[in-house]
Amino acid sequence: MKFPIYMDYQATTPMDPRVLEAMLPYFTEIFGNPASRNHSYGWKAEEAVEESREIIGRAIGASGRELIFTSGATESNNIALKGIAEMYASKGDHIITLRTEHPSILDTAARLERQGKRITFLPVQKDGLIDLDELRKAITDKTILITIMAANNEIGVIQPLAEIGAIAREHGVLFHTDATQAVGKVPLAVDEMHLDLVSFTAHKIYGPKGIGALYVRRKNPRVRCAPLFDGGGHERGMRSGTLNVPGIVGFAKAITQAMAEREAEAKRLTGLRDKLKEMIMGQMDEVYLNGHADRRLPGNLNLSFAYVEGESLLMEMSDVALSSGSACTSATLDASHVLLALGVEDELAHSSIRFGLGRFTTEEEVAYVGKKIVTAVNRLREMSPLYEMAKEGVDLKSVSWTEH
Amino acid sequence: MAYSDKVIDHFKNPRNMGSLDKSDPSVGTGVVGAPECGDVMKLQLKIGPNNVIEDARFKTFGCGSAIASSSLATEWVKGKTIDEALQLKNTDIVNELSLPPVKIHCSVLAEDAVKAALADYMNKNGKSVAAEAHGEKAVKEGVS
Repeated sequence: MKFPIYMDYQATTPMDPRVLEAMLPYFTEIFGNPASRNHSYGWKAEEAVEESREIIGRAIGASGRELIFTSGATESNNIALKGIAEMYASKGDHIITLRTEHPSILDTAARLERQGKRITFLPVQKDGLIDLDELRKAITDKTILITIMAANNEIGVIQPLAEIGAIAREHGVLFHTDATQAVGKVPLAVDEMHLDLVSFTAHKIYGPKGIGALYVRRKNPRVRCAPLFDGGGHERGMRSGTLNVPGIVGFAKAITQAMAEREAEAKRLTGLRDKLKEMIMGQMDEVYLNGHADRRLPGNLNLSFAYVEGESLLMEMSDVALSSGSACTSATLDASHVLLALGVEDELAHSSIRFGLGRFTTEEEVAYVGKKIVTAVNRLREMSPLYEMAKEGVDLKSVSWTEH
Repeated sequence: MAYSDKVIDHFKNPRNMGSLDKSDPSVGTGVVGAPECGDVMKLQLKIGPNNVIEDARFKTFGCGSAIASSSLATEWVKGKTIDEALQLKNTDIVNELSLPPVKIHCSVLAEDAVKAALADYMNKNGKSVAAEAHGEKAVKEGVS
């Protein structure tokens, strides 16, 4: 086994060597600018981009012409929200989203709110799933956009996109989904699910960092986004800037492999994930699963270990790369906003670990991590005054703690 | 975030981890922090004749820095008199463990835990010590 064991595949993934190989010629030999119309350097680069565009579009049931290349899903989410808010301002000013979204949605929505738009941040159910009745109730005649993520980055919960899409369509509201964690892992089809905008990125599917895409529907209805950048008018005027040709080629190669291996890989990862869950929950009490048990990404397990603090647990597990809360917020000491939205109590939210399994995770690694986490939690519980009090029968909720 | 070697050492080999009998009149117990903040420290001190701290124990729910801060605090107060222990400053812990700014609250909590344990001891025994100015704050925070 190679240490530290990587078990943080929802943060990012290593690039598959086959992807690197596909990209290499596009740095040095085929280096042209696809916007150069007058010579073969430009034509060759353009050909590679257009071929890749078709492949990437097909993975979500779209045509390549409906894709805009971006620097990643954060940018795609920003274009979708800000671009729609601006372009459809005369139609309405209301956007509906979910409290468990990624910060690139929540913070963008919060900025729009400060600028005078109205935003509804819908709560989720205890298992992390959207309540469709709440969604229906939130829609007004001023609603221009519903943005609900496909799969959650922390708890892996997969939202019912087809049902949400049907509701959006019925009310004539555009539907955007942040599919960063879902593409290449769960089936996505823009027409069947009535998706009008889709954000996704290459580095979660063994592709390079720094390249993402935004699907923008071209017909039924034709969707337009105001751009964030002004410039040469690339990507149908929605995203100016010279295209990242090697990145786009790598994105296409990565998504081709992910799609080809998707079903077999989902089965394998579900098996490994469930085995890890059994190893841990079968040997310890007061371990809680965060998020729906089945409607989640195959490679995601998120557990709370009562009486043990997450950061100390990660320190104890120093030869395994894991995450406590999401990587985006682990620089802060706040409990995860996703777990709090699920109604997980603060202390259990502080005790959570995300296990992210992926393409290169082996059975041997899962066995090692499962065994090690049991030992680690037991040692830290021995050290925990909360565990001692709970064993003495003290109701921790009845204690008047000193806030600090 | 990288931890200092001393934090790692205290985390891996905690000194004086465990519990003393809290019903023993010579034992003062301080519990500070709150689970929802992600830190709870329990510090116990056994006081002998001449107000000397004969033994110290801790249990901590918290990050590695919190565990290391409480472990270090027990090490430092052992063998000291109550008055000497009340002089313990969180900044000394910060310096010894090279704690980064986001972890300074761990050292504050360790200082508070020492004071709360001493206040509990004094409460139990109806004593008042010269350093009452320190003790007053600690009494409020002590679980007695």
